[in-house]
Amino acid sequence: MTMKLIKKYRDGRIFWPSMVFFAILVFNTLISGGEFLSITIMDGHFYGRLIDIFRNGSKLMLLAMGMTFVIASGGIDISVGSVMAIAGAIACSVIRGNLFPALQGSVFFALVLALAAGALCGAWNGFLVSRVKIQPMVATLILMVAGRGIAQLITNGKIITVNSQAYYFINGGYILGLPFPLYLVMALFAGALVFTKKTAFGLFLASSGINEKSSRLAGIEVENIKLLVYVFCGLAAAGAGLIESSGIKGADCNNAGLMIELDAILSVAIGGNLLTGGRFSLGASLFGALIIQSITTTIYAMGVPPEVIQLVKALLVITISLIQSEKIGLKLIPAKEAVS
Amino acid sequence: MNSGILLDMKDICKEYPGVQALDHVPFQLKAGEIHALLGENGAGKSTLIKVLTGAESLTSGSVFLDGKSVKVRNPLQAQHAGISTVYQEVNLCPNLSVAENIHIGREPRTAWGFIDWKTMEQRSKDLLRSFDLDIDVTRALDNYSVAVQQMVAIARSCDISARILILDEPTSSLTDSEVEKLFSVMNRLRGEGMGIIFVTHFLDQVYQICDRITVLRNGRYVCTEKTGDLDRVSLVGRMIGKDYSELAGGLTERGESPDRESLMDVAGLYKSGTISPLNLTIRKGEILGFGGLLGSGRSEAARLIFGADRADGGEMTLDGEAVQFKTPLEGIRAGLAFCPEERKVEGIVGDLSVRDNIMLALQAKQGITRPLDPEEVNRMTDKFIDLLQIKTPDAERAVKNLSGGNQQKVILARWLATDPRILILDEPTRGIDVGTKAEIQKIMIGLAGEGMSVIFISSEIDEMMRCCERMVILKDRSVVCELAGDSLTESRVMRSIAGGGA
Repeated sequence: MTMKLIKKYRDGRIFWPSMVFFAILVFNTLISGGEFLSITIMDGHFYGRLIDIFRNGSKLMLLAMGMTFVIASGGIDISVGSVMAIAGAIACSVIRGNLFPALQGSVFFALVLALAAGALCGAWNGFLVSRVKIQPMVATLILMVAGRGIAQLITNGKIITVNSQAYYFINGGYILGLPFPLYLVMALFAGALVFTKKTAFGLFLASSGINEKSSRLAGIEVENIKLLVYVFCGLAAAGAGLIESSGIKGADCNNAGLMIELDAILSVAIGGNLLTGGRFSLGASLFGALIIQSITTTIYAMGVPPEVIQLVKALLVITISLIQSEKIGLKLIPAKEAVS
Repeated sequence: MNSGILLDMKDICKEYPGVQALDHVPFQLKAGEIHALLGENGAGKSTLIKVLTGAESLTSGSVFLDGKSVKVRNPLQAQHAGISTVYQEVNLCPNLSVAENIHIGREPRTAWGFIDWKTMEQRSKDLLRSFDLDIDVTRALDNYSVAVQQMVAIARSCDISARILILDEPTSSLTDSEVEKLFSVMNRLRGEGMGIIFVTHFLDQVYQICDRITVLRNGRYVCTEKTGDLDRVSLVGRMIGKDYSELAGGLTERGESPDRESLMDVAGLYKSGTISPLNLTIRKGEILGFGGLLGSGRSEAARLIFGADRADGGEMTLDGEAVQFKTPLEGIRAGLAFCPEERKVEGIVGDLSVRDNIMLALQAKQGITRPLDPEEVNRMTDKFIDLLQIKTPDAERAVKNLSGGNQQKVILARWLATDPRILILDEPTRGIDVGTKAEIQKIMIGLAGEGMSVIFISSEIDEMMRCCERMVILKDRSVVCELAGDSLTESRVMRSIAGGGA
């Protein structure tokens, strides 16, 4: 039984991304003389670099999951950063009472409205891609550009700050000693996993991404699958936007989620998922996100100028491209494991 | 040097991994002739043209131009050698002006080295006028109809002083009057000594304009004949691999077809530009053949019935109830199944496992929220792998790694798993080894015996005759006749397919 599990892990898509992540952790532990791994407990909360990686990486992990679905369908969503800004703007405006004053600053409704807006943004992207048949890159470019404008309209172009302990909890809160955003990631991961495994969604999504024509003739409603993945991606982006906004205790439409769409796509790629669509692994994308976050943390910790991060990411992209390239064909990622 | 012979291709072989696309094919083109290159799908026409134009390199064989051996390695070399091609989809730049398209890569220059627009436009105008075309050459090419675009492409080829012009299905999207115009240009070029290779699916046009005909089949050379020496029925026979003279008059033994209840009625189903109104009945437990050449509308009719394409109008009844399929899923839910012609493009989902490929349509039929029980899936997959003798190491193997015949069986299994009432098979045996071909035919006949209705489409008349109880013959996108019982003979089928005289 154990052997079987180990073999499954060894052959699975998660293997390489997780190995890289652990290697980075080991590297960090060595150069920091063990300090990296130390976790202190204050007021019953865990603190430490490792915890930081998970907390700070949670936004990216949410985005990576949404992006995994979109990329599996053969698409891409470059509007997630703007959707994050919209979600933050709506939540903060509602809490401040600037938007829907009748809700009397209800944090609950603020969150519901922000998430609904995210889903609506996703539905718009999905509509353009699946029904109007615009290329995904162009279709989501529309919202990428317009989204920040919409967010600014909501906040009247100002940075809105909020004063709400409940809202702060989304980023800063702890449950059982662990940061709250991590629970959001786990909840979405569990939900997405159940949805892909316990329904035929995972199979249909992979099939649509591999061969749209065949899938359609086999009776799969490819358009609806595509619509759905963009809605999911929008929802995940709104969640990430709330975490970010809660972290800065306000809404900054110009900077929220700026350029983060590229990190989200990179996470999926590092996870070994083909950017041309098809078979996918959510877990692998999560490790992809963690790799990016841990590299960032490492570079800060080493006192290297942060500009270097971009260079390291560039090197990562080159490496991944080489691995995925048919000509070079390092074939580190076995293609035969089923979707997970 | 044999005078008059412009192009001489000898023993041309082209191998793709696992496929012999051209097998020692010869081809000769004389100066001042229009030479039809004919054959069904997979005959090797396009491969031969690709080899000639340098788009593909040949595996072995030699090409002589004016008696001199040449090696064409890329399209540019072909152009320099005087070989030009005009494809069905015009391969010019739609957003450049007509004049720019004609002169692209060889623009006239002024003394300063700038492009001499005036000369360019004037020359374009003069050139096109010689083709009876008086259009504004400064406008972008995509402002004009496909016919004009093709004419521009041909004019451009002539201007580069092409000696051999290849027209690859140029008439597919042209109206009758446009075709006439094209033919008059072709006639003129022939008079000027140009050799023209004409690829088409329209036999009428072949007889209207071509001097000689070369037929290929399954990558092999069949014959080259003067158009006058080859009547239509013999030509069709050569194309589909059946010699008419062998069977002229002879009836194939065939019992009375039993009376069968009708299962599905199709009345006036049509789609503009694809297929004219279609009337036919599908009966329970029969194998109904859709006969006709490529482009006759046989596949289009099948797609329309299944719901792969949306009909513009018409009615269908299934078991007496009116039905209408807007999507494949609706067709599947009503009990239809469709194996499309292009197995790799529209059939398999390459990266998915054999098992997932087999279960795909059944899962879609059940709905996304009701996943199939994994145990049940394994059991059914094993059953079909066993039943159809699909050769795969295990059900986990990605289907793209299987051979063509086994891929076809996987798709067949996909549809059998949905337990359909009407199974539509479009060229299920193309590109498959002989053994597997016979297996698939046997399976089909077995299924019909169990009461399933099968619509069968094939380019090979042999297997159609072997399997079908009744045949509907299509030509030029509409049904021309229906043959059954005594009237279903090879000669009748071939005459109907060929149409026209004979």
